[in-house]
Amino acid sequence: MRGVAGKVLSSFADAVADVVAGASLVVGGFGLCGIPEKSIAALRESGVGDLTVVSNNCGVDDFGLGILLANRQIKRMVSSYVGENKIFEAQYLSGELEVELVPQGTLAERLRAGGAGIPGFYTATGVGTPIAEGKETREFDGRSYLLERALTADFALVKAWRGDRLGNLVYRDTARNFNPLAAMAGAVTIAEVEELVEVGELDPNEIHTPGIFVQRILEGTGYEKRIERVVLAGAGAR
Amino acid sequence: MDDPRSRIVKRAARELTDGMNINLGIGLPTLLAEHAEGLNGVMLQSENGLLGIGPYPQAGQESADLINAGKETVTTVAGASFFDSADSFAMIRGGHIDLAILGGMEVSEQGDLANWMVPGKMVKGMGGAMDLVNGAKRVVVMMEHVNRSGESKVKQQCTLPLTGTRVVHRLITDLAVFDFPPQGGMVLIELQNGITLEQVQQQTEAGYTMRDALPV
Repeated sequence: MRGVAGKVLSSFADAVADVVAGASLVVGGFGLCGIPEKSIAALRESGVGDLTVVSNNCGVDDFGLGILLANRQIKRMVSSYVGENKIFEAQYLSGELEVELVPQGTLAERLRAGGAGIPGFYTATGVGTPIAEGKETREFDGRSYLLERALTADFALVKAWRGDRLGNLVYRDTARNFNPLAAMAGAVTIAEVEELVEVGELDPNEIHTPGIFVQRILEGTGYEKRIERVVLAGAGAR
Repeated sequence: MDDPRSRIVKRAARELTDGMNINLGIGLPTLLAEHAEGLNGVMLQSENGLLGIGPYPQAGQESADLINAGKETVTTVAGASFFDSADSFAMIRGGHIDLAILGGMEVSEQGDLANWMVPGKMVKGMGGAMDLVNGAKRVVVMMEHVNRSGESKVKQQCTLPLTGTRVVHRLITDLAVFDFPPQGGMVLIELQNGITLEQVQQQTEAGYTMRDALPV
């Protein structure tokens, strides 16, 4: 079958081998939910530096993208919320780490636009706030909007629940989050899945990310899937 | 029961009505989730990709794949749906969310909100707050009227960096409730139980008018 053989890899080290110093990456996940933990670990092993990483959050000190920070591999981070990470704070305050904060919905749409071939869009989000500085403002029907530019990256790292050998992906519950958008925005998208199945096993009606957006796919084993805040019934809200 | 925070929560609970799609922010607004369970057809939205948040899970039922925007384990209600972050913010930005309830650091008499950044402190980020205040049909802010040093958080102008300008429809504090009508300005519409107009006047930096028949 055309294209099938080329996508499936067996080693995460191979999957990220051509991520070179200075590369840009968009990484799926929300908090620690739905993060591509195996690809991140492989990047930690490769030790490649000066990375620009676009991801809603930056993990915690010892898991997720936090392990790349701890190893000083990230030069610039584009995120909406980074409050869970002390190493992040230290590197940001020392000037070692550049940070661009982007409203969460604007970040999602910039990635979607990037993957969809739309160079920019107008949104009311951020008008009159510090993030409007330096951005074109335009009125539509009496309301002000900011011009936001699309985002793409050299590589995307995404995590799905199941995938087939063509790269078709199905996510589980809220682990979907930014993953489909990351998959679209990456020039080379590396998808890791908990279960890799044969072509034809996934119901076409249920595929979230069509395989056309995925260039490499691997099955990971022994997922940690750490939970940031376990809250149980009867415990009450924080 | 009548501490300032529970007074705010009790009053804010009345903003939720049957059939609404609602986004509750982190902090004080989260305490309204339990109240929402008692209403008909209310769907709570979590901006990480869930419409129809259920109660916290029983021990052993928690899942790493199912969390709310505060990164806490949750469950789903019947009729819930999952979606990606772009669809989630299409719901928010596109005006499909009936009500967003957020915490605040400062609110100005023009309905400006500051709730994401304190200069000199580590900036954690705005998350989805800027999208929510500009996109939801109605924006309600819950916050304590004064800060720990006793200074009014209800200001003529916000001093902290803004989350949005002229975005707040209603402000609920431990002392009073204010509305921000479309023509501008801030209107005192209610006093909290046991609070006098004099107390509100003393603790409010912002200028405001009063509704004609203020219930006492």
